[in-house]
Amino acid sequence: MSDDKTIIKKLPEHIDRLSEEALSLIDNIVRETGLPIYQDPKTGAPMWLDVRELRLRYVIPVKNIEEFFKGLRNGVVRTTKCKECGTIYFPPQPDCPKCRVRNMEWIDIDGEGELLTWTVINVKPLSFSHLKDYIVGIVRMPQGFNILAWINVDSHEKLAPGMKMRLKVGRRDPEGYITYWFEPI
Amino acid sequence: MKRVAIVGTGIARYGYRTDATLAEIAYEAIKEALDEARIGPEDIDSFVVGNVGSWSSEPLPAVLIGEYAGLVPKNGIRVEAACATGLAATRTAYNMIASGEASIVLVIGVEKMNESTTPQVVELIGRAGNYFWEFQNFGMTFPGYYAMYATSYMKRFGVREEDLCEVAVKNHYYGSMNPKAHFQNRITVEQCMSSRYVAWPLKLYDSSPITDGAAALILASEDIAMKITDSPIWIRGWGYANGTSNLSKRSDYIGLEATRVAAEMLYKKIGVDPKNPAKYFDVANLHDAFTIAELMALSDMGFVKKGEEHIVVREKQTYIGGLIPVNLDGGLKAKGHPIGATGVGMLVELTRQLQQRVERGRQAPIKRGWALAHNVGGTGHYVFTAALSVDKP
Ligand SMILES: [Zn+2]
Repeated sequence: MSDDKTIIKKLPEHIDRLSEEALSLIDNIVRETGLPIYQDPKTGAPMWLDVRELRLRYVIPVKNIEEFFKGLRNGVVRTTKCKECGTIYFPPQPDCPKCRVRNMEWIDIDGEGELLTWTVINVKPLSFSHLKDYIVGIVRMPQGFNILAWINVDSHEKLAPGMKMRLKVGRRDPEGYITYWFEPI
Repeated sequence: MKRVAIVGTGIARYGYRTDATLAEIAYEAIKEALDEARIGPEDIDSFVVGNVGSWSSEPLPAVLIGEYAGLVPKNGIRVEAACATGLAATRTAYNMIASGEASIVLVIGVEKMNESTTPQVVELIGRAGNYFWEFQNFGMTFPGYYAMYATSYMKRFGVREEDLCEVAVKNHYYGSMNPKAHFQNRITVEQCMSSRYVAWPLKLYDSSPITDGAAALILASEDIAMKITDSPIWIRGWGYANGTSNLSKRSDYIGLEATRVAAEMLYKKIGVDPKNPAKYFDVANLHDAFTIAELMALSDMGFVKKGEEHIVVREKQTYIGGLIPVNLDGGLKAKGHPIGATGVGMLVELTRQLQQRVERGRQAPIKRGWALAHNVGGTGHYVFTAALSVDKP
């Protein structure tokens, strides 16, 4: 993967490479037999390969939590606090369902968190298949809410419940966009 | 509210079904259920299709199956509640009859997961938490979500990976006697322990497989049920609850709050002492998408104290003859977990258990005539519970 590209361009290229060989085989079958039907390698059953690939890439509104992303650009994780009742919401959201009003202030998330639980993603989703195994944890923040994020540590064996964690913000390699993660203190 | 009975059951073989389409595999189950009840499509008032889809090609499964099964122009709808789709669909059908609107309703749970590749299925099911805040940046997977519970639970109670494997060993043992199960092989703790990690600390053998399958039930109102069969199985009641979308918003990682709420609701409705449910039920199907899920369900459903689940399992108290026989069809682990079919398949199994007609060796002794189903959607995102009985409510 060349480093001048971000994940937006890298990922489709990576996924296309994974299926290139199989698709070439089916292409040959269509040319030779006239139909996209191949034998399932496990059962030998005839299978029709979907000719119309469905590619989905959603567009997701972030207008009401734009401050969160401005915060990331400035190296901080921010979230919403209801001005009426003081409830802090993470992930941030513009509405307080307790007060049924939209009257939030933005607060910076800081301080040391405590690790609650974690896992290692060994078998990865297709859109994460370009990455090595990664560790995901849930951390309790001193302001009284939890955050789920990657934990930047070289082995899960170094982790223990209650371990102190600090939130970090930056461009994540090799994907090239800004996000947040935890590091043990 | 009218009483509702199960008067017909059908189940397709679970597994890697490259020989059947979504409609064809659904029809295997539908045909068996109609044959059991000795009725035809013309007798059905409405049908409910439980299907999650997205890995399979047909976007409107209810109309597809309606056409294939000769049910046009009967009213059919699709119901979705993640892995709890099966019980959710059955409850929808139950309410159609209980309200007096319909007399006979067909429930179909069906899933064709193997129309997509494994990495794609891992992708789609991993998105089934909170997509934007858990998947987009952090690539969570279905085993990963349950693994978070496993880590916390194991550290808290000193439970070992071998203890989780005991659940898989039991479910494969019973699955080996179920000709409709995806896996019909017995396994050992050693085999389970040597399987690779899918989401540490969960291994391949802690996990339910990617399965194609279908199951069907025919529900009928009391007057019709008594005409169709002399051994109806009655739906006694339901419990249901939801959990948060974000796993980070859960109160703890040693059990599912939604299960505890759904259990309490059900037990209250049917007069079961929540401190001792084992006294009431001859057999239970508890949602074991992963081994840790069955362990947590044992305590969340009130059968054992939190933290003692692995001891009870080690003592074989969840086998026939123990405190409460659990997942005698092989469970999701060995029978398979065709998402939308799973809950319907549980009720097919429990109906046949109560009618004492499953394979020898995995038939529970039926004394009180009550059975319990517990179906979790996602990772505690949805929970449905249901009780069945031989005796009329
Ligand atoms: Zn408020």
